[in-house]
Amino acid sequence: MKATTSTNRAVVLLGGALLVAMIINLYLIFMLAPEERSMGQVQRIFYFHVPSAWVAFLAFFVVFIASIFYLWKKDRTYDMVAYSSAEIGVIFATLVLITGPIWARPVWNTWWEWTPRLTLFLVLWFIYLAYLMLRSFVEGEERAARFAAVFGIVGFLDVPLVYVSIRLWRDIHPSPVIAGGEGSGLHPDMKLAFFFSLFTFTLLFGFLLIYRFQLQKSTIAVSEIKKQLAY
Amino acid sequence: MISKVGAILWKDILSEYRTKEMLGSMVVFSLLVSVIFNFAFPPGSELMREAAPGILWMTIIFASLLGLNRSFVYEVDKGCLQGLMLAPVDRNVIYLSKALVNFIFITLVEVLVLPVFSIFFDLNVINSLLQIFLVLILSTAGVAIIGTLFSAISVNTRSREIMLPIMYFPVFIPVIFGAVQSTKAILQEQPWSVIWGWLRIVIAFDVIFLIVALLTFEFVIEE
Repeated sequence: MKATTSTNRAVVLLGGALLVAMIINLYLIFMLAPEERSMGQVQRIFYFHVPSAWVAFLAFFVVFIASIFYLWKKDRTYDMVAYSSAEIGVIFATLVLITGPIWARPVWNTWWEWTPRLTLFLVLWFIYLAYLMLRSFVEGEERAARFAAVFGIVGFLDVPLVYVSIRLWRDIHPSPVIAGGEGSGLHPDMKLAFFFSLFTFTLLFGFLLIYRFQLQKSTIAVSEIKKQLAY
Repeated sequence: MISKVGAILWKDILSEYRTKEMLGSMVVFSLLVSVIFNFAFPPGSELMREAAPGILWMTIIFASLLGLNRSFVYEVDKGCLQGLMLAPVDRNVIYLSKALVNFIFITLVEVLVLPVFSIFFDLNVINSLLQIFLVLILSTAGVAIIGTLFSAISVNTRSREIMLPIMYFPVFIPVIFGAVQSTKAILQEQPWSVIWGWLRIVIAFDVIFLIVALLTFEFVIEE
């Protein structure tokens, strides 16, 4: 049980660091970063939107790597990492899909625009939702892990193909030009707020991943004990 | 290896020839879909011809689902998969022959449906038959490659008929794009470079996922 207490301490430590980072992050986003000239306050959602997208990508990449390792080594730990990471990824992809339209409504004057990045995220969201559904639809832990690993690999390799095809599609049917792309000529304070937010979200991802992983471990331990008591 | 693939292939073709279940239902289903899609447009509308490539591919993808859903159901339900796995063949032989069967059946359905479809939607496919055939072959290969892998997974899940499209549709989006847009470009007689731009995506999809499927199939049917 010694190992458990030391990981628990790590979780608490990471959680504390995260809390501090989040408070600083909120200060930077809402107090320090100047108001954007043409978009106004709504631009501040960008500090949540882009880091969420980054975390979602990171999470799906972790799913991909952990899935390969699971099929290779057959170690349950890798599967638990993949599962935890997929759940977190779907949550953050959902956040991207919610914050995007909130920003787009006043700025583009429409909730939804079929831009390459938006469409890509929608497709990603569907792929990893399928991943989670697949896991709950399969009987047997080991089998679910194998199937999910195969799907996790296929799903991630599909991402560049989806992106290339959407890009090509929009090139043929050009969308109205959107004035001033994100990231073009950011104020230094904005840059600071943005990169700090990126850091905070990555920390949040690490925290959630470890936490979810621990939770899964406990669930398995409980079901083992239940089994022993049943016989 | 080729003779082993051929043996399983022949078994499936023979059982289909005797039951005529899958091909018949796929052809009738795809004709029905293409008729029903017609009612979404005002009669004689120019929109219909614009949307025809998309509708053609939706029809093919829905019809292919019927075949893909079935392709492992018999094997699992009647315990034949156990027999196949006991046979002294590599797992990839089973995958390749199953993918090939699906490819042949879906292509057959397309060949039967395309003439009727082009009459319904008033398309001139005769002039560019060879190009359209190329698109059909490459995209159907994508259907068979990824569809066979996923149907081997979905057959082992609860409510298997639902799980297959949920996995298959989002992953298959690059090929849907490639197939629909290249068909559109062919029908509008656009230059080859435009068509090729789209076909490249389909070819990349086929190659990448054939390799992935061959590497991972053993984990899908391992018991």
